[in-house]
Amino acid sequence: MEFTLVTARTMEQGMFVEDKLSEDYFKATACCEMNPEDMNALGLKDGDRVRVTTQYGSVVLYVKRSVLDVPRGVVMIPLGIYANRILPSESGTGTPIYKNVRCRVEKTDEEVLSIEEIVREVVG
Amino acid sequence: MKVSCPFCGNVCDDINFDGEVEREKLCPLGESKLTREKKRIPYPMVEGERVSYDEAIERAVEILLNAKRPLLYGWASTVNEAIRLGVILAEKVGGVYDTTSSVCHGPSILATIEEGLPGGTLGQAKNRADVVVFWGCNPAEAHPRHPTRYSVMVKGFLVEGRRLRKTVVVDIRKTATALLSSKFYMIKPNSDFAILTALRSIINGNDSAVPNEVGGLSKSQLREFAELLLSAKYGVIFFGMGATHTRGQDRNVEALIKLVQTLNRHTRYILQPMRGHFNVTGADAVACWEAGYGYAIDFSRGYPRFNPTEFSAVQLLRRRDCDAMLVVGSDPVAHFPFDVVRHMAKIPVIQIDPHYNLTTKVANVVIPSAISGIEAEGTVYRMDGVPVRLKKFRESEFWSDYEILKAMLERVVERKGGDVVW
Repeated sequence: MEFTLVTARTMEQGMFVEDKLSEDYFKATACCEMNPEDMNALGLKDGDRVRVTTQYGSVVLYVKRSVLDVPRGVVMIPLGIYANRILPSESGTGTPIYKNVRCRVEKTDEEVLSIEEIVREVVG
Repeated sequence: MKVSCPFCGNVCDDINFDGEVEREKLCPLGESKLTREKKRIPYPMVEGERVSYDEAIERAVEILLNAKRPLLYGWASTVNEAIRLGVILAEKVGGVYDTTSSVCHGPSILATIEEGLPGGTLGQAKNRADVVVFWGCNPAEAHPRHPTRYSVMVKGFLVEGRRLRKTVVVDIRKTATALLSSKFYMIKPNSDFAILTALRSIINGNDSAVPNEVGGLSKSQLREFAELLLSAKYGVIFFGMGATHTRGQDRNVEALIKLVQTLNRHTRYILQPMRGHFNVTGADAVACWEAGYGYAIDFSRGYPRFNPTEFSAVQLLRRRDCDAMLVVGSDPVAHFPFDVVRHMAKIPVIQIDPHYNLTTKVANVVIPSAISGIEAEGTVYRMDGVPVRLKKFRESEFWSDYEILKAMLERVVERKGGDVVW
C-alpha cells in the first residue's frame, strides 16, 4: 500500500538521543506508527514488522498502532538513522525534505537491523 | 542553587540543585539529560587507539590544515564561547562552518533574511498572549515544559492561564500538543503554504478568492480560524519542522511571517520558531556576529560566503565537496540522509563530543569533552534569543569544548600565522 512518510521528534527519541547504543534508543527509533485502520488493512498488529520503501531506499521497522491519531495514509517514523535510511538528500534550500515523502509499506518477516547493522549498511 | 537544563531550546533555568538535581521540575527529556547514566567517550582516540588530548588535538589540526575544504559542523550543543572559536577556526583553515540549523530551521533563517522576523520573547508570549498557535510543532514531546512555562497553562500578567487563552494546533496528525489545545485543525500534508495564503486572503478581505476547500480545511473552517486569529489582543504563532521540512520550506515560513505581518495591521502578533537544541540559536547568532551569516558559510576564498544550497553540510557532502570534517556536539551519521553519510565514511572525520554516538563509529579522531551546562559553563541563547548563563555543577576529567577548540586554534595560528583576539 502507498503511504505518505513523515518523520517527527518523539519523547522517547529525545530521551535516548544521547545514548544511541542503548536498547532504549533502538526501540525508540526502529519503528513506525500507523493508523489502526491501515494496520488492519495490511493484516498488521502491534509489534509486527513492515518493510517501508521509498524511491531512495528500503528499511524494516517494527510497527506501532498510533496512540493518538496518525491519519489514514500516513506512516510516521521517529527521527533517526532508520528514517534517514530512506530519505532524500537533495533540496532546493540546503535542508533535506524530512517529511511527506511517498512510500510503500508491506508486511514482512525479515528482521529489523540492529543499530550496529544499520550503521554498517548506511556507511557501506 | 538554580541550574539550567541544557537539552532543548527552552533552556529551563529553574532547576534546583543541592548536590543532586531535584527531579521535581524536570521533564522526561531534562531528566534523561541531567540524571541518566550514558555511554561516554572514555578517552581521546586516533584510529581507535587511546592517545593523549595533546596527540588527538595535534592529529585533528593536521587533518584540518591538510584539507582543501574542511567542513566544521554541529555547534548546537555547546556554548557561545566555544562556537566563536569554531567560527574563527573555520576561517583560519579556509573551511565551511555549518550548524544543525541546516537540517532543521535553515529555511526559517532564509525566510527571515527575506522578510524579517516579527519576533518577541517567550516572556511576552507568557504574559500577554491570549491566542497561541502551534503550527507544525509538537512541544508536548519536543519541548515538554513549554506549555506550562510559556504558552498554554501558565499564568501571565495579563492572561490568567488556560481558561482565558485560546490555543490552536495546526498539524497533519493529532499530536500530544493537539490534546492540550482548544482548537485543532488537521491539514493535509504539504498544504501549509496554501492554507496560510488563504488565511491572509480572508483577513485582507479577499474572502471570495478562497476556494471551498484548501488543504483539508473547508472555507467555513478557514473563516472561523481567521476570526479566531483576529480575536487576539496579543497573539503568538510558534512553528516547527512541520513548516520547514515539507514542500515549500522557506516559502512556508515566509507565508507565516506575512500572516503575522497581516495580523499586525489589526492587532499584535509575534512569531517564534521552536528551536530544538539548547543552543542552536547561539550557533547561528554567534556566526552572525563573527561572519555576517548564521550557517552554511564558506571561508575557502578568505572571506565569508553564504549559500545553503551549496555550503550546507548535507549538500557539501552530497557533492563530495569537502575532504575532511570536524563534528562538534552533533551526530550527522544518525541524522543525515544515508547517501551523504557514505561520503563521511570516506574522508577523515574528527569528533568532539561527550557521548559515544553513531558518528563516533566513523570518526578517525575522537576527542571527549565535558558536557556543556553540566560539567562546563558558558553562555547560550534560548530559542527566543534571550541569553542564559549555564553553570558548571559537576566536576569532570574531560576538557571543555572551549579548551579543546582553543588548543586547536592556537596550533593553527602558530602554523598559519595571523592572530586571534581571545
